[in-house]
Amino acid sequence: MSLPFLLEIGVEEIPDWMVRSALENLRLLFEKLEIPHESVTLDATPRRLVLRAEGLPARQADSEERVLGPAASAPEKAVAGFARKQGARPEDLTIESTPKGKYYSFVRKVAGRPTKDILAEALPGVILEIYFPKTMYWTGKSGPRFIRPIRWIVALLGEEIVPFEIAGVRAGALTAGHRRLGAREIAITTADYEQRLRDHYVILSAEERRGKILKELKGVPYKPDHGLLDTLVYLTEFPTPITGSFDPRFLELPEEVLVTVMRHHQRYFSVEDAEGRLAPQFVAVMNIPSDPEGFVRRGNERVLRARFNDARFFWETDQKKKLADRVPDLAHVTFQAKLGSYLEKTGRTVELVKELGGDAHAVRAAQLCKCDLTTELVKEFTELQGVVGGLYARAQGELEPVWQAIYDHYKPESLEDAIPRHRTAQIVALADKLDTLRGCFRVGLIPSGSRDPFALRRAAQGVVKILVEGKLELPLLDLIGGAGDSAQLKDFFEDRVRYYFRDYRGFKYDEVNAAMAAGWNNLVDLLERLERIQNLRPTPDFEPLAASFKRIRNILEQAQFTGGAEFDPSLLEAGPERELYEEYQRIAGQPIESVISRLRPKVDLFFDKVLVNAPDARVRQNRLTLLNTLLAEFSTIADFSEIVTNS
Amino acid sequence: MQSFQEIIFKLKQYWAQRGCIIQEPYDVEVGAGTMCPETFLRVLGPRPYRVAYVQPSRRPADGRYGDNPNRLFKHSQLQVILKPTPEDVIEQYLGSLEAIGIDLRAHDIKFEEDNWEAPTLGAWGVGWQVMLDGLEITQFTYFQQCGGIDLDLVPAELTYGLERLTAFLQMRDSVYDIEWAPGVSYGDVRYNDELQYSVYNFELADIPTLWKLFELHEGEAARLLKLYDPKSAEKRRFPLLAAYDQVLKCSNLFNTLDSRGAISVTERVGVIQRVRKLAVGVAQAWADQQQPAAAEVAE
Repeated sequence: MSLPFLLEIGVEEIPDWMVRSALENLRLLFEKLEIPHESVTLDATPRRLVLRAEGLPARQADSEERVLGPAASAPEKAVAGFARKQGARPEDLTIESTPKGKYYSFVRKVAGRPTKDILAEALPGVILEIYFPKTMYWTGKSGPRFIRPIRWIVALLGEEIVPFEIAGVRAGALTAGHRRLGAREIAITTADYEQRLRDHYVILSAEERRGKILKELKGVPYKPDHGLLDTLVYLTEFPTPITGSFDPRFLELPEEVLVTVMRHHQRYFSVEDAEGRLAPQFVAVMNIPSDPEGFVRRGNERVLRARFNDARFFWETDQKKKLADRVPDLAHVTFQAKLGSYLEKTGRTVELVKELGGDAHAVRAAQLCKCDLTTELVKEFTELQGVVGGLYARAQGELEPVWQAIYDHYKPESLEDAIPRHRTAQIVALADKLDTLRGCFRVGLIPSGSRDPFALRRAAQGVVKILVEGKLELPLLDLIGGAGDSAQLKDFFEDRVRYYFRDYRGFKYDEVNAAMAAGWNNLVDLLERLERIQNLRPTPDFEPLAASFKRIRNILEQAQFTGGAEFDPSLLEAGPERELYEEYQRIAGQPIESVISRLRPKVDLFFDKVLVNAPDARVRQNRLTLLNTLLAEFSTIADFSEIVTNS
Repeated sequence: MQSFQEIIFKLKQYWAQRGCIIQEPYDVEVGAGTMCPETFLRVLGPRPYRVAYVQPSRRPADGRYGDNPNRLFKHSQLQVILKPTPEDVIEQYLGSLEAIGIDLRAHDIKFEEDNWEAPTLGAWGVGWQVMLDGLEITQFTYFQQCGGIDLDLVPAELTYGLERLTAFLQMRDSVYDIEWAPGVSYGDVRYNDELQYSVYNFELADIPTLWKLFELHEGEAARLLKLYDPKSAEKRRFPLLAAYDQVLKCSNLFNTLDSRGAISVTERVGVIQRVRKLAVGVAQAWADQQQPAAAEVAE
């Protein structure tokens, strides 16, 4: 018999961003039970994690277990004792030959356990093992931990309840509806579960909730925002979008500020007019089906008005003191306890900008770029740091390259984000990030595992991205390898460079290894070399030549070759060896792309016919020197021995 | 229209009916209702407790001279502690909103993740900000630790922002326009507080004097804590509550010095540590004091 299974964990509101990974985790933990089933479906709302499976057997298959008893020569009493222990009669025993001799044995039939029992035993563990980034206890400090308190559990196998208990909550067949529009206890079966929820204003499927929002927004020129949509899908059980408006006079405030208030603080979509400009409207998503009296719309409009009024108040207050006059105030803003204030950081950044060859605009921007941390607007909307500084600098008459450099100096915030818009801004952004990295590593604030409170990975990734995409040929290793710098910083950067080219730019890992082995001080050059390797790779001579280079490397290593001896052409043997040398002379200094097809046959022939390990020590040394010269000539682009080949 | 005070009456009534003791505000200046001994100390230990009180909460740096319609030096929190947390705590909470006339079938309620931490108190918890039609009206926290101690019973802390809630219900854009009592506005009652304390906190507070006061209160708290003897048969008499008042004084002085711009970067972390050390010291002594003395156990 094949049965459906339903598990619903009823929880107080789960943080929206944790739901999907929790579901995936639940799936894995369920699969680990190895209960046969046909399909698994996962669903969630803020208040429930749901796993449904089809086609579970009512019981596990029967099995047999063989138990060895006393030796065949044992006295009757011992045999009877063994049989009794197995719950069998002596005549049920058989004699079995083993390598150690003959023994009594008993074949015990083990009936397959009911699936319900297995589930009842395993589910408490499955549920409590679901991983969440931050858990709590709620029944007391010795109680279980979960993301939020578990308030009900539905566990049904077919029509039967799978009986178990977590923190005083007994699994049953009662679910709960929408907090205010549904009933608190709803009897369900596996068949009518989803429909019963719907009757009580809960749309179980996240995709359906998403679809409902999108469908009801048809015709509204809102600005799509996938991240926000995801959040709203997992913040609601019955989402309904509504459109509200605000006083067009607020449009005098910078669009960045308005959008941030709507997006980050109120979770509203912004709306655009026909020309793509911000319109004085917004879209909120409620957790109820309708707003006939307009309560929700008016409430949200009032909240937004207060927020915008705040922003305007801050904007106007902040203007009373210019950014340039705020520099001394940075002494009161902590950068990091061991690294001092932002005033000190500013001093270091300015020096670094000069070191990087920044122009006067870059120096000016570096002096002002942290001043917005003392403004009311940034204290209120921290995510607008940098942007606000840029806007104030513009309003206060700073030159365009200066305000733009301030505006952009936190960029790129991710690998997908754009780098600062021009060279001046790039230099400022680089200096700011490098200073943070150098300082943090120097005082031992080094990211480990998932702990990276100062977002140093992002900072280093930003440095790499700016250098490469801004085509800045600056010596990275010199910038991070100064006298006071931590040796770990270099390793940290090496990982970031590798990650950037491999995971973001899509180069093969062995190509990245090969190119980086030939140096990564200049990332622009590294990119060029990687592109060359990528182009060379499909050509027929490449992999064989790479294999030969690997062979050369091995030979040199085995011979413990250290160079020293002058190369002596007169020692060359006529034939493949001399031909290889002459070919080398002809192609030396030329790019490998144009010579590879000529070089490869000579190398192959050499290895085919010539014994490197010649009996005469001078000849041997001379051959090693030839190979070493050849290797060095073509290893400036990459260490080809790092290329993984099939041969 | 319900006045500010009527809303407070109704909420107190509602929680009193659910077994809460109704306390009056604590008489030492605090930055939040959480800092009152009714929360900070009562959440410790295994004894159940339920209490609700309105606590005027001082945030010197938030003062705006009475100019900003939404920001106050001193706002009023309704603080509710339910220890241990009842299973239907959210239902009870939603019921309190209905008790002040909010029809939740016609309004949008959302629980958005918001975890709370107070480094100076060694306290943290997880929970939500409760959003009503887009307005944050309550901070809902399940306490996990207080004074650096794991809590035996997990209390729920509900903190209602009363001015906001009232402005919402009365549909006012400015806090100063809300009706405190019939015919009396919030501004009539509180404007002077806002103006004068802003002037004091930002302009006139004498920094050396405040530092001196800070050190005096710190010294007194530390002196008392040193005298506490966990082995003493008389330990129940020991005035830990008085020691805690000294810690609260330090905390408020720290906030005032901070708003005055008197705390340098290098000092800041250190001063927070000093306050934290005292708060944690009181909490640990208190947890010990609540247990029967060794002598009593021996009997």
